[in-house]
Amino acid sequence: MATLLSVKDMNVYYGVIHAVKGVSFDVEEGEIVTLIGANGAGKSTILKTISGMLRSKTGSIAFDGKDISNIEPYKLLGMGIAHVPEGRCIFQRLTVEENLEMGGYISKPAEVAAAIENVYNLFPRLKERRRQIAGTLSGGEQQMLAIGRAMMTKPRLIMMDEPSMGLAPILVQQIFQFIKELNASGTTILLVEQNAHMALRIANRGYVLETGRIVLEGKASELLTNESVKKAYLGG
Amino acid sequence: MTFLYQILNGIQIGAIYALVALGYSMVYGIVKLINFAHGDIIMLGSYAVWYFMTRLNMPWWLATIATIIFCSIVGIIIEKLAYKPLRNSARISLLITAIGVSLFLQNTVQLIFTANPKMFVTFIPSGGFSIGNRSISYTTLITIAISAAIMVALTLLVSKTKIGKAMRAVSEDNRTAQLMGINVDNTISFTFALGSGLAAVAAVLYVCSYSQIAPTMGSMLGLKAFVAAVLGGIGSIPGAMLGGLLIGVAESLTKGYISSQLADAVLFGILIIVLLVKPTGFFGRGDREKV
Repeated sequence: MATLLSVKDMNVYYGVIHAVKGVSFDVEEGEIVTLIGANGAGKSTILKTISGMLRSKTGSIAFDGKDISNIEPYKLLGMGIAHVPEGRCIFQRLTVEENLEMGGYISKPAEVAAAIENVYNLFPRLKERRRQIAGTLSGGEQQMLAIGRAMMTKPRLIMMDEPSMGLAPILVQQIFQFIKELNASGTTILLVEQNAHMALRIANRGYVLETGRIVLEGKASELLTNESVKKAYLGG
Repeated sequence: MTFLYQILNGIQIGAIYALVALGYSMVYGIVKLINFAHGDIIMLGSYAVWYFMTRLNMPWWLATIATIIFCSIVGIIIEKLAYKPLRNSARISLLITAIGVSLFLQNTVQLIFTANPKMFVTFIPSGGFSIGNRSISYTTLITIAISAAIMVALTLLVSKTKIGKAMRAVSEDNRTAQLMGINVDNTISFTFALGSGLAAVAAVLYVCSYSQIAPTMGSMLGLKAFVAAVLGGIGSIPGAMLGGLLIGVAESLTKGYISSQLADAVLFGILIIVLLVKPTGFFGRGDREKV
């Protein structure tokens, strides 16, 4: 398998605070890779740095062999990387369909129409609510919309930041099942989660972050049974 | 009859306020800046159309188009040079910069054209329709018709087109808009160009009615349009339209039935009442600050 995303020696600062400390990791094409760790471990910061919203002081970020260390955030999607930000960040004041149109902003009109149909087939709930203002959707529907929006351009890599946040357990199950299916249909996934158990169950590999550093990495199945991971993140 | 006549006059000047208020509101929506230099774009537009017609002998329609283009470009340049470098600074810095830009524009024009007012000779034929013993001038009708057409076009642009939707997305959440592949800088430039272009149209319509052009003419006009934008709910496009019309009518009725001298006092009284009673205006959203 080819390496799709390669992060080498990432160091990110918020002013004097050293938030990400020399992080390196790879994502192979076709994988689900998860970054787990407590709140404040630097997981979201890593995604934002890959997106170009923050800059790493050192090292490099490569996607499909091309250096994207200094990419402008708005060029990311054109490279084939979609980022579903923390808190979903759907456009609350736009309709459901307009949100999807924004997801396909860089595509041709005919492709947008087909991609919207595709999302509606996967999430019939969204089709029922297509003319509704997105801010009136439930949390689960908003997460579906955020994922649907990220799928509009058929990106090769989707980075998801805490898709389980604020959702009822049954919805979390559904969203993770969906992420798994999305991956099975050929999309590589980089998943940031506090819900380590759920994330590791669908992931191929995982990295454990603690205060900005990777402290453990390995196959998801091994991390699930690892004693220290169990203790720290899986509730014993 | 007099009452209807006053209302019509109010709608005429109100339509001009509305065009200017739209610029305030759209710019506020997208960069959260009260662009106090916006009124001076009207002043620039007035000088531009006067210059193009009297000095370059352009026909009125060409002069109007050239004025719109000129003001749009100036709007983009102001944003790039003065506001963009401050995009991540405190809002008060932006506000003070906007006031600085306003003074800069006024003084630059004064330096070039002196402080003496210029007279603009309208290109709209005089006369009009008579209804009863009153006549409604062509200027009034044309001002209202053009403003109405522009507002319809703008509403369609913002609600239906790709760039309009991008403007709304950026104004709601510019970081996420970037992740959609929307070039936020270009969208902001477009918004400034659009707002300044509307101010240019307002300028041409204004000088056709009021003929006098001076370096400080934009201050009061801009301030009234700002009151209109706040009344309608700053950031809201229909709000700016409604606010502009209401302010125009309020001004006209005050002049007609109370006293000309009190007209400005009434307008700013409205501003104070709106800020006290409903700071979000008619259609404004009470958004909390996003961190």
